[in-house]
Order: sequence, then C-alpha cells, then structure tokens
Amino acid sequence: MADILNTPLTAWHESHGAKMAPFAGWNMPIQYEGILAEHKHTRESASVFDICHMGEFIISGPGVKEALMKAVSHSLAELAPGRCRYGFILNEHGGVIDDCIIYNLDNDSYMVVVNAACADIDFKTLSSRLAGFSCEDISAQTAKIDLQGPKSVEIMEAFLGENLHDLPYFAFRDTTWQGKPLKVSRTGYTGELGYELYIDSASALDLWEGLLKDERVKPAGLGARDTLRMEAGLCLYGHELDTEHTPVEAGLGVMMKSQADYVGKAGLATVRERLLPLEVEGRRAPRHGDKLALNGEEVGRITSGTFAPSLGKAIAFAWVRADKAEETAFTIVTPRAKLAAHVTTLPFYKKGTARTKLNPAK
Amino acid sequence: MSNPADLKYSKSHEWVRVEGDEATVGITAFAQDSLGDITYVEAPAVDDTVSAEGECGSIESVKAASDLVSPVSGTVVAVNEALESAPEVINKDPYGEGWIFRVKVSELSGDLMDAAAYDAFCEQEGH
Repeated sequence: MADILNTPLTAWHESHGAKMAPFAGWNMPIQYEGILAEHKHTRESASVFDICHMGEFIISGPGVKEALMKAVSHSLAELAPGRCRYGFILNEHGGVIDDCIIYNLDNDSYMVVVNAACADIDFKTLSSRLAGFSCEDISAQTAKIDLQGPKSVEIMEAFLGENLHDLPYFAFRDTTWQGKPLKVSRTGYTGELGYELYIDSASALDLWEGLLKDERVKPAGLGARDTLRMEAGLCLYGHELDTEHTPVEAGLGVMMKSQADYVGKAGLATVRERLLPLEVEGRRAPRHGDKLALNGEEVGRITSGTFAPSLGKAIAFAWVRADKAEETAFTIVTPRAKLAAHVTTLPFYKKGTARTKLNPAK
Repeated sequence: MSNPADLKYSKSHEWVRVEGDEATVGITAFAQDSLGDITYVEAPAVDDTVSAEGECGSIESVKAASDLVSPVSGTVVAVNEALESAPEVINKDPYGEGWIFRVKVSELSGDLMDAAAYDAFCEQEGH
C-alpha cells in the first residue's frame, strides 16, 4: 500500500483534535467539533476547509485555448481572463474522467483544478491531448484553502484589506497577502458565498491560522463538506460522476454549451440512466450502493445519501434507468430498511448564498 | 471519558443500569464518540421481546450506521420517545437523557464488564 500523503496542515489538524481518515490517498480531517456543528457554522457564519489534496495544473502556450477546448468540455471561447468555469474531462464515450474548474489566467495560460483521486490520470490525459503545449503539475507547491459561508466576504475583505464586492461568482483575482502571491476565487463547494484560496504550500499554515484569528471563522472537515455539497445538490466524483456516465445523464446537460469538437462530445447523445435527486421520508439516510426499487423491481441505485442537517431529513442522489426516470416516487432498499422517497428539485437546500450578487460600489 | 461505576457494559458498547427487575439500556460515551453526530435511532417497541446479545435496533449518524445489541433478555417496558426527533441527545448525555429503552429483565448477558474493565477495553479498541 502506498504511503498516505499529508497536507501542509495535517499536523495542525491532529494537534487540534480532528478525527482524521484517509481520503483519496490523503490523511484528511473529517471533523473537529462535529459534523452538524461545522455544517451549521458554515451556513450561518464561515468555515475554513483544508483542500490542499486537490490537484492544480498550469496549461500554457501560444494558442492553447483552441487545443484545450478540444481536450475538455468547458466552454472557453468567451471565458475572459479573471474568470473560471466548471466542466469535465471526458473519455471517448462521453464518460467523465474528472470534473474540474478551469481558470483563464491570460488566454495563453489556464489553471486546471482537479480532484485528488483523479489527478494522475487527469494529468496524463491532458498532457497527451495537449502535445506541443506546456502542462505543468503545480499541485505539490500549491495549497488550497476554502473559506465558505455568508460572512466570508466581510471576513476576507478585513483579512486582505481590500474590496472583494467587485469579484462576482466564478471570477478570481491575483493579489498578495503578507507579500506572498494569493489567488482569490469566488467559488466553492458548499452552496454558500465563499472563496477558494490558492497560495504557495510554504505559506499554507500562516494563511490558515491567519484566517482563524477572525472569531467568525472555524475549521470544518470533509464530513461537513460532504453534507454541505449534498444539500447544495453538487456532484461528487466517484459517486454522481464516473467514467460509465455522461454529464448529460448526471443532469448537467445545460452546462454542455461548448461549440468545440471536444473529446467525448458524440457520446453525450446516449442516455442509459439518469441521476435523480431524492427526498427521503424521515431521518434515516440511504447510503452509496443501496438499491432503488419501483413496484418491487430494481431500477437503480443510490450514489450518495445523507441526513441533511439544514433540512432535518434525509436526501440522496440515485442513478435510475432512463425509461423509469419520469417516475416521481421510489422505494430505497437499504440493508436495514425500506425507505420511501420522492423526486425533488435541486438544490435540496434552497437558501444558499453562493450566488449572492454583491454591490460592487460598496 | 468517564464511564459511571454503577453500570455494566457490553463489548458492543451498550450500557445497562439494573434497578430491581428492570434495566435501562443505552450506548456508551465511546460509542457515541465513534459514531459522531447521531441522526436516527431505531429502538425496539414497547412489549417487544429482546434477547441478550441479539440485535434489537440500530443507530445512525451522519457518517455511519451501527447495530444496537441488547445486553439483556426481557420484555421492553418503555422507549425514549424524545430520541425520535432529537437523537443528538445521545451525543450530549449518553448515560442520562440519552437512554434508549427499558426492559423487564429475564436474564442479563453473561458477557458484561464493570466500568474499570470497560475503560480498559475501550483503551484497547481506541488504539
């Protein structure tokens, strides 16, 4: 078994009472105070998350935009420098190799931010699709810390001493903190207003501790990150996204606007299963792998399920056979019980602040 | 962690308080801490028969699910209904307000520990 990897913050987590567990090969904090408390604090104030495990690549070279648009599903034609976009690296059949955010740095260079578990295959795939351009893996020297929660704009502005009201959703800016380059991106994975921060790994601990000096900020682990992203209706690679399903099947077809002839595009026409958001009756949560039944017939399976702390009931995503995807009620068969569930609309939690429009003239 | 001296403990981390011919059952501080925030409790119903070392329900947390194993044989006489809407009480007060059910006892499990033995058992499991 390969050695487990530590982030620049692992020692901090361990010395602050975090419960640690392996995630995608990394030794990560699952919770500090408790998942429910961290979830609530993120919805009401702001939390910091150690996301240093994720991978970052710089793709560059004159004319790289055209080549990159054939390598990934992102619609980059009109993406201006300072903006970023969510999309997919697809295989030839339209299956998802990974989901990632691409940052337009200056039209001839882009930053790609990928899942830790997929980073190696992503880098190989992109390097091979972008032969002749520079592909650099900067994951080891790049730390990623997320500040998420409705109060994060005030916190971040006080922290940096600069206005961030002019930074819209899915925009980013290069700034400095204590003389160190810092990339501030108004993105996140919680459904709340927030920022993803990129800094040199050597400065990660200083940044983390600096943010925590603000009493409105508490640390949150991957446990709360998962309940928050579920309530926000956001997919998790390896659960709702995989090489066997297309983004269209996962309900993300509306994002597939790129006019480029990108790898996997033709495969999007085939729909075998559809991802459905389910609200479960009661507090008992289905789990990944539980079966979905309709009139006693197995028609699908759960990809993720959890008790939703902000809703007080259980929610889930499930793959359902395409010919049953118009049905509105199903039974979830868990090892312990049969749960009644009905199809709902995303996001599960509808009061999230992620898309809040800030007044730039503030 | 402080496990009350007047209780008996099972290897599956339930506690039992015997008073006369009745016993109250819950899960231990170690169990609630391992599970994390508890979100659902499936307890036996009043008049159900439970048997020592037999599965009699389950406990779910945000991240995990675990069987509830009865440390006694007998007939259930009361269930903590407060747990239906507020199962997190078990995290806050596992030996008090977080009790799960009460039984008219016919027999105790032969495999229960006193507090000192259970402390040592947890110490081992925790490492």
